[in-house]
Amino acid sequence: MATAEVSETETRTIVNDFVLHVATANGSGSQTSNMVLLRALFGMGIPVSGKNLFPSNIQGLPTWFTIRANKNGWISRKQDADVVVCMNPETSDEDVETARQGAVLIYEESLNLADKRPDCVHYAVPFKKLIAENCPDMRLRKLVINMLYVGVCAQLFEIDMEEIQKALKQQLSGKQKAIDINLPALEAGFKWAAENLKKADPFKVERMNANEGKIIVEGNAATALGLMFGGITVVTWYPITPSSSLCEYLEEYLNRFRMKDGKKTFAVVQAEDEIAAVGMLAGAGWAGARAATSTSGPGISLMNEIIGLAYFAEIPFVICDVQRTGPSTGLPTRTMQGDVLSLLYASHGDTKHVVVIPNTPKEAFEMAGESLNLAEELQTPVFIMSDLDLGMNYWVSDRFEYPTEPIRRGKVLGKEELEKLGGKWGRYADVDGDGIPYRTIPGTEHPKAAYFTRGTGHTPQATYSEKPHDWKNNMDRLARKFETAKTMVPKPEIQDNGHAAGLIYYGTTHEAIREACAALEARHGLKLDLCRLRAFPFTQEVEDFLNKHERVYVVELNRDGQMRMALHAELPHFSHKLRSIKHYDGMPLTADVVVKAIVEREREV
Amino acid sequence: MAGTATPNAPETNRIGLQKKDYSGSKSTLCIGCGHDLITARVIDACYDLNIQPEQFVKLSGIGCSSKTPAYFMSRSFSFNSVHGRMPSIATGTALANRTLKMIGVSGDGDTANIGMGQFVHIMRRNLDLVYVVENNGVYGLTKGQFSATADKGSKLKHGAVNPFHAIDLCALAVELGCGFVARLFAGNTKMMRQVLQAALAFEGLALLDIISPCVTFNNHAGSTKSFPYAKDNEFALQDIGFVPAYDPHYEEMEHGEERDIKLGDGSHVTIKALDKDYDPTSRTAALSLLAEYHESGKIATGIIYINEKEPRFVDQINMCEQPLSTLPQSITRPGKEVLEEVMNELA
Repeated sequence: MATAEVSETETRTIVNDFVLHVATANGSGSQTSNMVLLRALFGMGIPVSGKNLFPSNIQGLPTWFTIRANKNGWISRKQDADVVVCMNPETSDEDVETARQGAVLIYEESLNLADKRPDCVHYAVPFKKLIAENCPDMRLRKLVINMLYVGVCAQLFEIDMEEIQKALKQQLSGKQKAIDINLPALEAGFKWAAENLKKADPFKVERMNANEGKIIVEGNAATALGLMFGGITVVTWYPITPSSSLCEYLEEYLNRFRMKDGKKTFAVVQAEDEIAAVGMLAGAGWAGARAATSTSGPGISLMNEIIGLAYFAEIPFVICDVQRTGPSTGLPTRTMQGDVLSLLYASHGDTKHVVVIPNTPKEAFEMAGESLNLAEELQTPVFIMSDLDLGMNYWVSDRFEYPTEPIRRGKVLGKEELEKLGGKWGRYADVDGDGIPYRTIPGTEHPKAAYFTRGTGHTPQATYSEKPHDWKNNMDRLARKFETAKTMVPKPEIQDNGHAAGLIYYGTTHEAIREACAALEARHGLKLDLCRLRAFPFTQEVEDFLNKHERVYVVELNRDGQMRMALHAELPHFSHKLRSIKHYDGMPLTADVVVKAIVEREREV
Repeated sequence: MAGTATPNAPETNRIGLQKKDYSGSKSTLCIGCGHDLITARVIDACYDLNIQPEQFVKLSGIGCSSKTPAYFMSRSFSFNSVHGRMPSIATGTALANRTLKMIGVSGDGDTANIGMGQFVHIMRRNLDLVYVVENNGVYGLTKGQFSATADKGSKLKHGAVNPFHAIDLCALAVELGCGFVARLFAGNTKMMRQVLQAALAFEGLALLDIISPCVTFNNHAGSTKSFPYAKDNEFALQDIGFVPAYDPHYEEMEHGEERDIKLGDGSHVTIKALDKDYDPTSRTAALSLLAEYHESGKIATGIIYINEKEPRFVDQINMCEQPLSTLPQSITRPGKEVLEEVMNELA
């Protein structure tokens, strides 16, 4: 029943290269359908990504899911869809406009879209009729109808039905009852398409071998696993999108893998708010736990006072900020790199923090474990700067590697060490010249173990002081400690081929930058060197990169160019070289945005 | 008893420590401050209970009251944190090391104003903590503003009258399920010493709301938190005794009319009602008593409510006995096969 609006049916075939955009209403079970499609493509060995664009709502509002399959491994977001599946009558008029010229439209036949977008290939499907025939329980129809388009897509694009069925079982965790309800719809969609649709589009998939040994994972689950294998003992948190699933995954994993004789070798506490969550971290880190939380921008704002206390009283813990869009509530289900400055310099009165910036789930896993080490070694809060795109979207990733290095707990004096020292030690004394003092843990059995922890001015011996030189000396030592941190944090990832122009970026813009650079070279003959920041403070390598290049673009997902501001503040000598490329509509970066900006700016050179 | 064999040897407790081993640095509060009376009784109670100072932790927020942990038990770890957030710091400390004995010292502003959110939630959780509110109805360090425990109609030093209702922390604590709620007066040192010991021996959260007059900003006529007012209006509900777990004489003692409650560590608190037979194990009796006294402007002191049967926070969340802070890598990092299993699930 393919309508014949397209005068010339494309004859060429496009294999393993399309963007599929599915529009549904949230709370309609569409997540299952979309994940089945994603997993099936993954199972066929095709490079693929899945991005969920969802509303801040539980049921009934529009939601979109974008799958990009690309044989060359370009899996960043792409603006225009090749295939649009319209399941939501509320948004279908707008949804068809997201299709690129000549794209495929799949929709419920009663939606009256036949007259729209004559440039596209139309497949009108009687979804409502089909679901009535294939799902006897009326109450379940709303939840199963979306499985029909999975079947239709499988038939149209030659997605392996065995992989689809395997994916369905995995997605429904093998729950037979749920599988039995979904399977007939899936097969009905396939069968109907085979009998009624005449293939009029060029898209198809073929088996590849790009996913050997890979996994599909959300960044929040990866960070959670990293924390568990990093030896976390205390988790305190307050729910906030898009970070909640991090602590929920973590609790789930800990409950499975960290029980001993029926008891927990960890604690997870849902606090009354973010202030309490970070207060608990401060207590726990102070008393010797490896403690972490996850939150998002508004939570960071609430935590600021205690972050300052922990910086100043030198207490280790980890905060994972899964950034979302906006000041205030903003767009809580969209992504942004908007908390750069509020993490780097969180709190009041001269504070600077160690921040690590993962770009993939694998790096999130590795950096999460390492952040617990850094926090204890540097005796300070450490931030993991993630975002919604990394945290909540689905990424094909290399398998995580088991950590081989032992857990590092930093400079801790126990009973024996204190005996050797004859009890003579100073909590804030810089014994080693690296700015990092020694600490004791409450409960240490030595009469000289205890010290008084305070947010007020203090001496190297941890006694109260308002004397100007005590204050200044301590602040200078903290600055020295931060210099030491430069030698310990993850170094940037640099690709330097001696070009005049450089590009600095960080986090989840990685895939779009990779694709943009390839396009810039192939289409415009423009070549840039790359520096992917992986931590704050900026290490020597960042300075060297800025030094070597004539001009350096800083690409980021915020309006004000926050990382550029930080580079300007920390390395002012090079600020004249910095040029901002900013993207801030709440959506992940696309390669096109970068290509367009660089081409324009390089033309001016 | 240990250490009393020679007449000149200093007196020690059962773990061989002298009173001075429980002392702190010199108080910098105003002379005559109620808080110093409380500090002295905390030192007594810890000495009497033979608490190992290294196993004891002192926590506080911000304010005059929150400075006091510096004035007792220098051999103990202490954390003077931020305004109103002591409960969360205490919670985290307990999560890291459940074996530590903790006292949290706060004030009425630190608890009933800025700290109200954390106060109510720590009450719900029944953390193992002695939570002392040194309650004077006024902000000291910022020079004399009303706090939320100031009674309606009471006067500031310069005459301003409080138009708002007071928050009764004891009533709130009872309402929220706290298992040990006492109201005390800093001038009644005998009762403080007994109740502090009972609170320290109690397993779970013990709230001690102690009227502790501010001699500088709230000790004038028209104040309902002054020394003269509290002295004139205190009504002791009970004669309270404390029998430590190690006391061999407990069995021989006469147990008459008093209520005898065995605490988690094996010690006993004895509560002999004065005047009428007030039942401190009844929540409804506690709430009506507090309302009644509040209306009359009197201050009922004693153990307002006790329920030693509620499970403690660390047990509610099923934490292992060993302090989490001391768990070795062999326990905190699951094996290679676990990562393998998870990776296979995600493949």
